[in-house]
Amino acid sequence: MKETDTDNSLVREISAEKYRYGFTTDVHTDVIDRGLTEDTVRLISERKGEPDWMLEFRLKAFRHWLTMEMPTWPHLTIPEIDYQNISYYADPTVKKQGPKSVDEIDPQVMKTFDKLGIPLEERLALSGGVAVDAVMDSVSVKTTFKQTLAEKGIIFCSMGEAVRNHPDLIRRYLGSVVNYRDNFFAALNSAVFSDGSFVYIPKGVRCPMELSTYFRINASGTGQFERTLIVADDDSYVSYLEGCTAPMRDENQLHAAIVEIVVLDRAEVKYSTVQNWYPGDENGKGGVYNFVTKRGLLKGVDSKLSWTQVETGSAITWKYPSCVLQGDGSQGEFYSVALTNNWQQADTGTKMIHLGRNTKSTIISKGISAGHSQNSYRGLVRVAEKADGARNYSQCDSLLLGDECGAHTFPYMDIKNETAVVEHEATTSKISEDQLFYCNQRGIPMEQAIGLIVNGYAKEVLSKLPMEFAVEAQRLLAVSLENTTG
Amino acid sequence: MFEKNYIELFQENRALVERGSSGVMNALRDRALESLKTYGLPSKKLEEYLHTDVSAWFEPDWGMNLARLDMPVDMAQAFRCNVPNLSTLMYFLANDSYAESHSASRVLPDGVIAGSLKEISDSNPELVSEYYGRLADLDKTGTAAFNTLFAQDGFMVYVPDGVCVEKPLQLVTLLQSKVDLLVNRRILVVLGRGAQLKMLLCDHALSANSFLSTQVIEVFAGQDSRFELYDLEETHTRNHRVSELYIRQEAGSWVHADSITLNNGSTRNSSFVTLAGRGASLSLNGAAIADSSQHVDNLTFVDHREPDCTSSELFKYVLDGQSTGAFAGKVLVRPGSQRTVSQQTNRNICLTRQARMFTQPQLEIYADDVKCSHGSTVGQLDDNAMFYMRQRGISEKEARMLLMLAFVAEVIGMVELDALRDRLTRLVEKRFRGELSQCEGCRACR
Repeated sequence: MKETDTDNSLVREISAEKYRYGFTTDVHTDVIDRGLTEDTVRLISERKGEPDWMLEFRLKAFRHWLTMEMPTWPHLTIPEIDYQNISYYADPTVKKQGPKSVDEIDPQVMKTFDKLGIPLEERLALSGGVAVDAVMDSVSVKTTFKQTLAEKGIIFCSMGEAVRNHPDLIRRYLGSVVNYRDNFFAALNSAVFSDGSFVYIPKGVRCPMELSTYFRINASGTGQFERTLIVADDDSYVSYLEGCTAPMRDENQLHAAIVEIVVLDRAEVKYSTVQNWYPGDENGKGGVYNFVTKRGLLKGVDSKLSWTQVETGSAITWKYPSCVLQGDGSQGEFYSVALTNNWQQADTGTKMIHLGRNTKSTIISKGISAGHSQNSYRGLVRVAEKADGARNYSQCDSLLLGDECGAHTFPYMDIKNETAVVEHEATTSKISEDQLFYCNQRGIPMEQAIGLIVNGYAKEVLSKLPMEFAVEAQRLLAVSLENTTG
Repeated sequence: MFEKNYIELFQENRALVERGSSGVMNALRDRALESLKTYGLPSKKLEEYLHTDVSAWFEPDWGMNLARLDMPVDMAQAFRCNVPNLSTLMYFLANDSYAESHSASRVLPDGVIAGSLKEISDSNPELVSEYYGRLADLDKTGTAAFNTLFAQDGFMVYVPDGVCVEKPLQLVTLLQSKVDLLVNRRILVVLGRGAQLKMLLCDHALSANSFLSTQVIEVFAGQDSRFELYDLEETHTRNHRVSELYIRQEAGSWVHADSITLNNGSTRNSSFVTLAGRGASLSLNGAAIADSSQHVDNLTFVDHREPDCTSSELFKYVLDGQSTGAFAGKVLVRPGSQRTVSQQTNRNICLTRQARMFTQPQLEIYADDVKCSHGSTVGQLDDNAMFYMRQRGISEKEARMLLMLAFVAEVIGMVELDALRDRLTRLVEKRFRGELSQCEGCRACR
């Protein structure tokens, strides 16, 4: 009993670890007035110099959004959000056109990304490294290695640029996976979205480097509503990474993004996220609301999409990266580690919609709750009538560190085909005393032992991340847990 | 949506309803009426009823025997016990009225009270009012309010402290009518400290009419008591059943509750168990075999409120034809309920393309020193096992049957009463062979 008491007292020592990315950058940012009306939508479209069809797309979404109400079904306590008290567009680059060279970027912005460990100068990147699209607030400040990629026919640019330069592709695919009617935040995003990345991998091309987008919220009183679209044409391959941070502020900032992925015949997309938005302080004050719709349409035969996410940030996380397995033989994967600490809340998981024959999906979800946090896994596996031979395996494990946090699982299985084989397993437990004892016995202090065990627990997911990210993710897990556990 | 008609019906016939019932039961009707007005009947709009539109079952113009007209059913003639070698204390409910039977002489241990809920609440109002309606939750959408509003009679058993009822108690509910009928059954079980009881509920439909039965069972399991409940449904395809089982377990109590759907039309069983005392233990199981357009929906909610409690759930479905099955199981572990062990398993076999299964296990955990797990699968019969048997000269039909039997046997095997277990195994086998198209043993199909 005594042992447990000591554990609990340690658990109550809430993390004093500072959020490493919590600084702000003093850069002149052009922020539009707060509030959301049809005029706001027109203003955003005008600022971005968009064609009429894009404005129409936004307005249609906005009018639909007005008819919707914010859903209440998640296992989250969300304070009321005043959508009229947010600024929907903030441009730190000020210039009307995107910068032509690195030299044209505000040195402060450059410094910010340097400080975040994202080199915007190609010469500084490791050889064969990562191409980066750096997005600050509502605008993409720089996309590296564009030229190298263009030689292979790969398009990697900001969404704003894509609307101007590749209207055919955008008109064809934008909103084809996540319709503006899909949900409340999809409608909101479709109305006011700003820069995200656009990726097009042509037929038969294997993208020679990792593509990455780094999202940074900087300005206060704003939200970030980025939109990302990835199209992998037949027989192509791409690995895409996404990272995100925000300054420490007392206010809550809204991040409502959409990620759409279209995977054609025999193509493969790997999408990895290390989500590290500001989670709020130890009393639950401030932090980013991360309400994101991510979905991939596996349109082609034998196509493959793999979502890997490490969620350590955000005050509230509410997202379900999903796969619509339409092509025969397509495969969807979802690997997730979600760690919540202090007063963080997460309701995350995935949806696997099996429509084609012989489609396969795997779900591995690891939840870790500490402090006063609430961590839920919510997942749907749907097998449609014609999806013969569909196969799903889901495993959701939850680890509880402390007696004041919660871990919940809500899996839904909806099977309409008798040839489907669907398996779901979930376990919830605390760290085994035996494992801790074993580590302690060998001179490993409690905190390190927990870090070790948690990393081992999450290894199945971390091993799916590209190397640079895996190291970062491991470090993040350790930091997020520091001083929180006994 | 249809509750308005029923509310009017009640308001017009309140005197009639109350005359046929007891003071204790009548005392709750105002609250039930308010609840029905506020929450209504459960429709598909509610997540818990996503796959079963219970409110639509209330749409037809059902007959209700509010005037308590005599609907004679000769129990002994109509029904022969389906479980031979099982000597039971047998009681009958004909539609929703308690019926004295001549079939069994019943000698009850001292202090045990069993019989008509109405009569016991007339003769012993203090005892009944302490328990009646205390567990059934009227503050939510469900059919408990409807049942409480209209129920006029039912069955009650009270086992005082330290008394063990050796013989199993069998309550047979018979549905027989010349018109389509809506019945409201109410069952109350009270076990004192250290009391023991085994109870078998057999739900039968004798005539070919359509029936809708609402059933509310409230079980109080006192400290260190032991209670076994087997709820067996053998009705027909024109039967609709919505049953709510509420169990409250005190410290150290042990409860085993099985619900087995052998033959039915549309069934919704909800079980709400509260583990309210330290060290309580629950085993909650179910099996469903459905074909043609039969529908079986089980919802369970296990609420761990105290430390050191254990709960295990096992639900298995075999779905053939165009049948549909749904299972939603929630386990809630409240703060401070340390050392909880909870396991939930739901396994399903869909035999045809049209058969559908919806399954939704849930864990909601607010304590850290727990071991909780759930597992859920939907699949078909194992091809390798089929091949193995075919190779050994077993016909395909027989091999399928054996596999299905083995699949369900895991649930049946948990039945603690030997004779009942054997009998259930036989019934399940007959059911799979298609020989059990109607409830066995009743005059209607003899």
